Amino acid sequence: MTLALQVSHFTAAVTFAFFASVVFGITTRNNPRDMLRYGAYCFAMFIGGLFVAGWIMWFLHH
Amino acid sequence: MANTDTSTSEARPILAASSPHMALLAPAIAWLIPGAGHLIQKRWIRGFVLMACIVAMFTLGLAMDGKIYKPNTGDLLEMLAFVGDIGAGGLYILGRMLDWGSTAITYATADYGTKFIVVAGLLNVMCVVDAYHIAIGKKP
Repeated sequence: MTLALQVSHFTAAVTFAFFASVVFGITTRNNPRDMLRYGAYCFAMFIGGLFVAGWIMWFLHH
Repeated sequence: MANTDTSTSEARPILAASSPHMALLAPAIAWLIPGAGHLIQKRWIRGFVLMACIVAMFTLGLAMDGKIYKPNTGDLLEMLAFVGDIGAGGLYILGRMLDWGSTAITYATADYGTKFIVVAGLLNVMCVVDAYHIAIGKKP
């Protein structure tokens, strides 16, 4: 029997956004300041997209 | 001619390639061990942060009971998932050798985990390309 980690969709999406944003920031920019700024921008876009997609699905469902 | 060479080297002093062998070695090591391509080029912080992120994503994917895809000729999405998985290099090899991951995706969290594993591989491919760019002097 295996005990799998149980997380909500939101937690999984935020965790995913965090790690992906860090890698995007480091690999696509040349200096630490730009890396941080672009990483933060990507994270904000991921989270923003998450809420927008959530509301679109809510309106489609109702 | 001499003037052109001098101005180029002065304008972009950080873009000198570290060594000819590094352009082959860095991407290979980066694929095998996430972040190691940066570490062997003395980009310590970047290397350790990338390593932490990719290993964490892969490990969380396994903890969520995600599936590690094998080479297959079935569904197109399964073939693409295998391509993503194999990007994780050493983690993928280790996972296959030790038979990690579930064999079937039976509930939602396992599906999230499967995506985490695939994306860990794809992010590692970005690290491989970045390590190569550092090695050839395209990036500081």
